[in-house]
Amino acid sequence: MNLDPIQLDRSKHVHGHNLIDHLYIHEHTKIHDLPAHLKVVGALCFIFVVVATPARDIQVFFAYLVILLSIARLARLKFRTLAKRMLIEIPFVFFAILIPFATPGEKIQVLGLQLSPDGLWVAFGILAKSTLGVMVSIILSASTSSRELLASLEKLRVPATLIQITSFMFRYTAVVLDEMNRMKIARISRGFEPRGILDWRILGQSIGALFIRSYERGERVHLAMLSRGYDGNLSLNNSSKSSRKQKFTALVPALSALTLLTIARL
Amino acid sequence: MHIPDGFFDVPTSIGAAALAAGAVGVSLKLTKGKMDSEVAPVAGLSAVFIFAAQMINFPVALGTSGHLIGGALAAILIGPWAAILAMTVVLGVQALIFADGGLTALGLNILNMGVLAVLVGYLTFTVSMKFLPKNKSGILVATGIAAFLSVPASAAGFVIEYAIGGTATFELGDVMRAVVGVHLLIGLGEALITLLTISAVLTARADLVTGARKFMPKSKLVILGSER
Repeated sequence: MNLDPIQLDRSKHVHGHNLIDHLYIHEHTKIHDLPAHLKVVGALCFIFVVVATPARDIQVFFAYLVILLSIARLARLKFRTLAKRMLIEIPFVFFAILIPFATPGEKIQVLGLQLSPDGLWVAFGILAKSTLGVMVSIILSASTSSRELLASLEKLRVPATLIQITSFMFRYTAVVLDEMNRMKIARISRGFEPRGILDWRILGQSIGALFIRSYERGERVHLAMLSRGYDGNLSLNNSSKSSRKQKFTALVPALSALTLLTIARL
Repeated sequence: MHIPDGFFDVPTSIGAAALAAGAVGVSLKLTKGKMDSEVAPVAGLSAVFIFAAQMINFPVALGTSGHLIGGALAAILIGPWAAILAMTVVLGVQALIFADGGLTALGLNILNMGVLAVLVGYLTFTVSMKFLPKNKSGILVATGIAAFLSVPASAAGFVIEYAIGGTATFELGDVMRAVVGVHLLIGLGEALITLLTISAVLTARADLVTGARKFMPKSKLVILGSER
């Protein structure tokens, strides 16, 4: 059981600190200082332009890659860290590799394999877009703390209940994962080692116990909040004001991508 | 597996996002003031719980393992509307922070795993309970069926979306056979894990299983010594 969901640092135990903020790399750069809600909007616009790009525009995808790498550089995100975090995409790569084989229509011989040229283009397009998408998310989470991200949701007019649920998630992930880890240590110290389906009963019981513990904690937290005067509003100290220049800066990647795409399509 | 960016065209992604937003809006309305306590702590801790439970690996065979998806489980535990909210937040955090699922595909992922899986799971559970004995074994059988169907239901959602705006060039029939076929198997695992989990919660705190609350035998308050 790996507690690290995307196997970032391969550290055996992630406890005592917040997994959600585990990805945030504290720096003072132009990218870090940009208000989070502008970063989210900018990222979303950029990736929508990427998704709308036809697969055959290889040079445009290359330009997108250059844009993202420069932003990563501006955010002082090390190339090694970026590459390591991109491993999350691997299962999907296997899936995309199948496309040229399974596409109907004319086939060409490549090294003795029957491949569809159309399928190759499609596979390239999907891989390029998903890779760029993963990079966008990685740069975003490396340069934005969970606190800023939460505050940005308010600016983006996300309904208050959803923001509160997200804030609970941010605050209690570390607690619940610690709980889960303690249960795992308890299981191991009783000599349990999951091998096959017969061991699922024990794991299922653990998940059940985890739910009860999480739920009861939720109840306690709620009571504690009520007794401190909670009235359904979280104050997120959302005072950051964004200037027009910052708004423009956040849209630069998307705008330049759109310009490049338009030029290539002319 | 979460849908990444680029697998669906822009109109389909936006359409799915609109539908998902609608479903979330309905869930927000329906949970308001209708739960025992405020919805946020319960759904919030459930979101954490689902997020954590998805990390527990269940060994299958030959070194492979699977994990829970959790749509039906959340629906039966905390009710469908709160479950949709919890799953939405889990998927949103996974896309925004963990790069798991594309930002443009967030609507599609929420629709399949957050809305379809939860609603089909809950509906199946409720309908099955009409025909099953109203006791613990009945609840567990209904749970198993619900969790099993929730997985191919979300796969079917994917296939329909693929027919509308998928960018890959697989033939629709192939996609249907492969995706639904694989997910029938995954559904079996999901059914087993969900059933075992619900069974454990029913034993320790049956009152927490929202879906089963009205089916569990009411325990009588016994005051010792009152017979005399």
